[in-house]
Amino acid sequence: MLNYVVIFLILGGLFFFTGGSVGIIRLPDFYSRLHPAGKLDTAGQLMIMSALAIYVLQDFSLQTFLTATKIVLIVVFVYITSPTATHAIVEAGVRAGLKPWTKEERS
Amino acid sequence: MMDSLFLYSGIYLAALMLVSLYRGVFGPTILDRLIGVNAIGSKTTALLVLVGLIYGRVEMFVDIALAYALLNFIAVLAASRYFQKKKGLSDESSTR
Repeated sequence: MLNYVVIFLILGGLFFFTGGSVGIIRLPDFYSRLHPAGKLDTAGQLMIMSALAIYVLQDFSLQTFLTATKIVLIVVFVYITSPTATHAIVEAGVRAGLKPWTKEERS
Repeated sequence: MMDSLFLYSGIYLAALMLVSLYRGVFGPTILDRLIGVNAIGSKTTALLVLVGLIYGRVEMFVDIALAYALLNFIAVLAASRYFQKKKGLSDESSTR
């Protein structure tokens, strides 16, 4: 029964990762490319990591509890560092003087 | 059943990393390449735990995944701090 939860979470995470990759390829601008790269990768990572933590915790012992705790720690760490890295890239782009994409310049 | 699910989702994640590698190689500015490398790194963290589950040694691979997440964050932060000092370098096409 718990395996269906794991399958659902892994497929949802792969869906979010697919959306992030398509957005990185297809969007026109540097600033708009950061939007899927910052958000969708974090969402996919949360879903896949929680699925793997549930799968690891199915036979419960101290070893699997430590492994699941480390997986949750990776998720917490990514939720802190991914917005920080995205903000640092945006700040570098603003200070380097990159113009945002507008509809008039498309040609 | 679960082993083949982990195997095929790992293969699919590797294919998605190839898609993100296009932005890392052919990106018009340096910061676009940084976005591609950051996306590859965040997918690698999930892929490492999947590989650990396939091989049945997840308690070893989860440490590698944790260290890789730390290393990816430090690399992207240091590279973006370095390239914001060089004003003309990160814009190759649009301002001139």
